[in-house]
Amino acid sequence: MAETATSPERVVFQTHPERYRHWKLSFQGDVATLAMNVQQFEPQRPGYELKLNSYDIGVDVELADAILRLRFEHPEVRACVITGSLDRVFCAGANIVMLRTSTHGFKVNFCRYTNETRLGIEDASANSNLRFLAALNGTASGGGYELALACDKILLVDDRNSAVSFPEVPLLGVLPGTGGLTRIADKRKLRRDRTDVFSTIAEGIKGKRAVEWNLVDRIAQLSKWDEAVGQMARELANEVQPRATQGVQLDQVEATIESDALRYRYVDVKLDRTMRTAELTLTAPDACPKSDAEALAQGAAWWYLRALRELDDAICQLRFNEPHIGLILLRAKGPAATWQTTDALVASSKHWFVVETRHFAKRTLKRWEGSAKSLYAIADDGTTFVGTALELALGCDRIYVLNDADRPVQLGLTQVHAGLFPMANGLTRLETRFLGTPDSVGKVLELAGKLFDAETANELGLATVAPDSIDWDDELRLAIEERASFSPDGLTGMEQNLRFAGPETMETKIFGRLSAWQNWIFQRPNAVGERGALTCYGTPTKPEFNTLRT
Amino acid sequence: MATIDYTQKIPNNVDLTSDKRLQRALEAWQPNYLEWWAQMGPTDFNTKDVYLRTAVSVDSDGWAVFGHVKMPDYRWGIFLEPRDEKRVVGFGDHFGEPAWQQVPGEYRNWLRRLIVTQADTEPASVEQQRLLGHCAPSLYDLRNLFQVNVEEGRHLWAMVYLLHTYFGKDGREEAEELLQRRSGNPDHPRILGTFNEPCEDWLSFFCFTMFTDRDGKFQLLALAESGFDPLARTCRFMLTEEAHHMFVGQTGVGRVIQKTCEVMKEHPGKNPFEYGAIPLEVIQKYINFWASSSTDLYGAEVSSNSANFFRSGLKGRAYEDRYTDHKALEGVYSFENCVDGRIVKEDVPLRNAMNEVLRDEYVKDNEKGIVYWNKICEKAGVEFRFRLPHRRFNRRIGVYAGHRFDLEGNALDEATWNQRVGDWLPTEADRAKIKSLMVPCYKPGQFASWIAAPAKGINDQPAEFEYVKL
Repeated sequence: MAETATSPERVVFQTHPERYRHWKLSFQGDVATLAMNVQQFEPQRPGYELKLNSYDIGVDVELADAILRLRFEHPEVRACVITGSLDRVFCAGANIVMLRTSTHGFKVNFCRYTNETRLGIEDASANSNLRFLAALNGTASGGGYELALACDKILLVDDRNSAVSFPEVPLLGVLPGTGGLTRIADKRKLRRDRTDVFSTIAEGIKGKRAVEWNLVDRIAQLSKWDEAVGQMARELANEVQPRATQGVQLDQVEATIESDALRYRYVDVKLDRTMRTAELTLTAPDACPKSDAEALAQGAAWWYLRALRELDDAICQLRFNEPHIGLILLRAKGPAATWQTTDALVASSKHWFVVETRHFAKRTLKRWEGSAKSLYAIADDGTTFVGTALELALGCDRIYVLNDADRPVQLGLTQVHAGLFPMANGLTRLETRFLGTPDSVGKVLELAGKLFDAETANELGLATVAPDSIDWDDELRLAIEERASFSPDGLTGMEQNLRFAGPETMETKIFGRLSAWQNWIFQRPNAVGERGALTCYGTPTKPEFNTLRT
Repeated sequence: MATIDYTQKIPNNVDLTSDKRLQRALEAWQPNYLEWWAQMGPTDFNTKDVYLRTAVSVDSDGWAVFGHVKMPDYRWGIFLEPRDEKRVVGFGDHFGEPAWQQVPGEYRNWLRRLIVTQADTEPASVEQQRLLGHCAPSLYDLRNLFQVNVEEGRHLWAMVYLLHTYFGKDGREEAEELLQRRSGNPDHPRILGTFNEPCEDWLSFFCFTMFTDRDGKFQLLALAESGFDPLARTCRFMLTEEAHHMFVGQTGVGRVIQKTCEVMKEHPGKNPFEYGAIPLEVIQKYINFWASSSTDLYGAEVSSNSANFFRSGLKGRAYEDRYTDHKALEGVYSFENCVDGRIVKEDVPLRNAMNEVLRDEYVKDNEKGIVYWNKICEKAGVEFRFRLPHRRFNRRIGVYAGHRFDLEGNALDEATWNQRVGDWLPTEADRAKIKSLMVPCYKPGQFASWIAAPAKGINDQPAEFEYVKL
């Protein structure tokens, strides 16, 4: 994996439809079509070929980009058809050779990212008046069917041959872990015994039975395919109203990458490779839009959207390209007024562009706390953890607040904490934080709109510790050094257990099971050992299993 | 076991009467099969008496009897080669273990897929050829067409027997679907591309039986090695029938060539079309089309499936006993990969290259046919020589698909291809011209203008024998 920030193997998360290699995004009125046409010889890194529309991170980055652009650049679009450009094949899922030749960490990151992309599809459907139709023009196996499951409806071609399938267990010894097993049970609500049967038939299920079992919504004959796709897309489009006629173009969020730093306009990441920490600082500007019209006029340059997109990019960079960094130290800066004014707009606006930005903030916050890094918010002198910035701090594992009247720290609540940014568990961060003392939530929220100091933050239970100047440096140093000494695996497991208290949702199940089962299987000899199924797949050798069950 | 029980509704040598469950399944399938034949077979000739060969035993000597039969009354049935109690798995990880008489659970899905894919080609070719009877160049050829048709139908029976016997409910459903998919149907086509190509003229038919049925031969040879004994025994008997189909193809094209050579000698410098014969260049284009399309049937050059099928003992190599290393675990196969349009030599594990190994045998066998045809030209004193197109030419499956190559296998750009393709593959004008020659010639002993008489008759019948009583 990358040892320096400028390593050529870095995964790049910024792209544009004009530069897509693997997808074609086209429009016909209020219906968009995303056609998958994976270039076999253009993998994200050398060593494997992307046959049969199988995907790697490069393919998924383009998909994520396309979904994001549909939300911001095309508010007129009401339905998006996801289909394949290959004959008789929709998508063969994640590329097996890519998985086999990836480090464990890369596999985990890959799966996490692809899951976030698919949840993004569902989020767009739920919040952006954008319905998705998976038009399976051929066989959809593994991740290909999982992608379909993330869509609102699934149409499968009935050519007596094309099927949907989960070949992971029978062929690869792993799971359909990109939400496949969770969605088939919790979203499409298939009967459990049928799911069991389906998930062990490598070639899958086709035609009428696929409809009967609710694996797909409809089937359509080849000769009536275009008509059927068009009709179903129309039905979906008619379920919702278009958000607007004119979109907002998203520019590139490119970091200046130095050997030990990523520098953006509002986000700055400094890497300390010895201590394996990253100092991530988010700085709000002095001036900011106060109304929908002003925000819209600035478009993608609106600081709030830009800063969030930079943060999102930085999180992905840290996950994929900086695997040795274990701890992120978050600081928020800039005038408190900017955070307050912006949050007031974001919380009250009904304008589609602002609403869309709010949902982007929500997803970025989830990406933040879904990262396998330790997260500390560092509220020392000059920081302003206000509103959205405080919400980021609430997503951290610990919040350190400097308690010194001579070195003032600004903290403050805004309107965003009361439900604007639900977590994966469906609760707010305050509700999750105060699960045992629900009254505290209301008490804290009474301070909305106000700024307060370290003392108050400590009293409200927002600070983990609030050392004074005398203790601060040492306290912080110890917390960082101690963290660095622990097992990274132990920390990841512990943090993920603690971050999502409260109820389960489909989303928490997907990530929880990805972590618990898929990542366990990904380490086991039965999958990745010399004779493991994932290792042997596509080779002349038959897998051999250790038959002990745990 | 060798003798076929014709007293039963379904002739067989598998003691069907003692397996009531299977008998019921097959008897339920039979009416649907006959209905399919009535719809999709050579329908308009169903009431005619055709001089057909029918299997009466599976012994290598004298397994067939000849006689006039109406096609729907043909005794389709289930014939397996006798069981060899000592047979062992001949290749793969299970090499040397006793051959399986039941489907091993872990390989059930793979085996079903193999059988369904093979089975699907059998009725497909009947569908492709269903209208050819209306323009047969002679009664001899008409009879050969029908012989091929009924035997493809019987091969379907053989595969359905396996599906019904060994694959439970899934197998029965697959057997039903074999009758529902239709060649060239836009909604539910046959599984493999070549079997959806129209076969509307007799030159195509001869090329089909030469090149496409020869794929069938090699697939059957590979399946005849299967560790699943009933499949192996079924395929071995099918091979004896398949040989006749290739005879029809090879001699059929040969007779077309012979006739053209005669016309060329008689009218030097003239276009044979003017005299009702087919120019050798056009025959070459048909060869190019059907040979390349059939070469696709072996699948991808490097294939996980082929490795799985080999290692698990389900599908071997043709003539497996000619090899010394039956595990094929250590070896590599050197093949010419096509990376972004460039040809690059690459070594792949031998087991993953089993499709290519089989394709090699196929190409070698095709070359023999080319030699046979060129001898006809040589004998007639015609300079033209036929050639087999390079395996990279006009491919739609595998690493060469999506790239352009000439007949020698040299890479071309799209513009050059578009410029030259009319010289290499039949054009609309060629097809129209061929179609115009397709007029029936039903008088005993007579032949259409574009084809020579065969060297000898079927079952040594005289030239004017009435093979089909119209």
